[in-house]
Amino acid sequence: MSASFSTSSARNVFYGGTAFFVLLFAALAFQSESETPKRDRREMLAANPQIAAGKRIWEDNNCIGCHSLLGEGAYFAPELGNVVDRFGGGEEGKAAVKAFIQSRPPEGISGRRSMPQFNLGEKQLNEIADFLEYASKIDTAKWPPNIQG
Amino acid sequence: MQYQSQAVAKPYFIAALGLFVAQVLFGLIMGLQYVVGDFLFPHIPFNVARMVHTNALIVWLLMGFMGATYYLVPEESESELHSPKLALALFWIFLVAAALTVVGYLAVPYATLAQITGNDLLPTIGREFLEQPTITKVGIVVVALGFLYNITRTVLKGRKTAISSVLLLGLWGLALFFLFSFYNPHNLVKDKFYWWFVVHLWVEGVWELILAAILGFVLIKITGVDREVIDKWIYVIITLALVTGIIGTGHHFYWIGTPEFWQLWGGVFSALEPVPFFAMTLFAFNMVNRRRREHPNKAATLWALGTGVMAFLGAGVWGFLHTLAPVNYYTHGTQVTAAHGHMAFYGAYVMVVLTIISYAMPQMRGRAANSNASQVVEMWGFWLMTVAMVFITLFLTGAGILQVWLQRVSATPSPFMVVQEQVALFYWMREWAGVVFLAGLLAYLASFFVKGRENAVA
Repeated sequence: MSASFSTSSARNVFYGGTAFFVLLFAALAFQSESETPKRDRREMLAANPQIAAGKRIWEDNNCIGCHSLLGEGAYFAPELGNVVDRFGGGEEGKAAVKAFIQSRPPEGISGRRSMPQFNLGEKQLNEIADFLEYASKIDTAKWPPNIQG
Repeated sequence: MQYQSQAVAKPYFIAALGLFVAQVLFGLIMGLQYVVGDFLFPHIPFNVARMVHTNALIVWLLMGFMGATYYLVPEESESELHSPKLALALFWIFLVAAALTVVGYLAVPYATLAQITGNDLLPTIGREFLEQPTITKVGIVVVALGFLYNITRTVLKGRKTAISSVLLLGLWGLALFFLFSFYNPHNLVKDKFYWWFVVHLWVEGVWELILAAILGFVLIKITGVDREVIDKWIYVIITLALVTGIIGTGHHFYWIGTPEFWQLWGGVFSALEPVPFFAMTLFAFNMVNRRRREHPNKAATLWALGTGVMAFLGAGVWGFLHTLAPVNYYTHGTQVTAAHGHMAFYGAYVMVVLTIISYAMPQMRGRAANSNASQVVEMWGFWLMTVAMVFITLFLTGAGILQVWLQRVSATPSPFMVVQEQVALFYWMREWAGVVFLAGLLAYLASFFVKGRENAVA
């Protein structure tokens, strides 16, 4: 590298540049926070405490270890951000999701990828279904491209 | 080795390699589960294997970073470590905590683990890569603070170099951003948004400082190039890394409910993220070409060059492939992401840790370099693992492109599981490449035990 560009100027550019871009990122994050309420369906969360409880069940059973949610997670099992819609939408979709979770055989299905039997009670099933319905309502800029996720 | 206290790096490196083996074995289990779905079910379901695979990776890289730091900071500071005893104590605490956590993953259902570790007090678990029980996370913070205290004290009392400053900045950043793992709001969008403050700002932010510092240190040692030149390169590389990488975080905010302005900001800046990695490749090759000594440790030189190239390919090229929003719309959450993740982690972070281990272990064992016989075996390990990783990446990319086509682009999109069966051939090939990777890892480990005529003390 050119000798006219000294190590100490390189260092100054680093600290100055980093500080500038950290501040710019903070400004963008702040702007993002201010626009997010229009998209994140927080009114659903406020109206129905079952959704937060459902998120806890989602986490306590490490669902993200196989599935993706809004495209993030593992890619071993289907995307669940739109599963309620894929299963028929609304109450019908939620009922189908619950029935699916409930009917997993404890010993798995021979030769196939198998979902564990989590032995969730009716209350927990309702909570996880409400959580997944809430996830399906988040404005994700029209992602995924189609219902298959 | 110039300072007695550098020797505390040794247990860190040994434990790191042990966890590396665990990581690869569980990777092979998962790879097989991709094609033989019920393999080990219900004893080790996929999600459990994945937690062990990814968490072992994170912990062994952290162990590697810590070992690297304990090795290079005394030499850079020209001073013994502030407290070697603290370093050793923290090693055992970290190792036992990691082992207990893995036993927890394997021994009981995850929901039970959540319960017995008191997750309800401060729920942080069940999020990708942050699956560790809250109490383990607290332990990580305690270990990190003790480690940073020890290192900062050492740096402050001794010579200050660009390498130690950059390393210290990276390590403090690592600890700071980890604190976001304790923030877990009910609001899924906010949860995901701040989750990336740990994950992205680690691997595409502060970890790059650590990477550049370690690579710079090894290059000074093996090439004898003037420190002034190396320092300048390091500053240029990390400037590019942070200028592109910080706003580049936006490439994760396209489809998770965050505003759409991120598609432009994240796209433009993350599209430039290959630039610092390309600079790193130029850096490594330039320094080796301009070397002023012939260091007997050829294997360490190979790892250093390999880090530059593979980090550029994995993090740079494979990251760029799917970083623009119109492309990512189709590839988000597919095997394309998995392909990128594998080569990026291997090329950047696995290889830089193996670089410092390759350089430092012989020194700690009282010689400038291992015998030629040992280095030949080590280089076999290098090539087998690296070529295997290239193929793992290519096969996953093939699977990913097919998946995108069949599931998302086609006029008659197929369901996820139908598509998975159609791309099974690629998963089989990936698994065989994984077996070759394991063979490479075993060759690499065997090289530590190969004797032969050793080179003189450094």
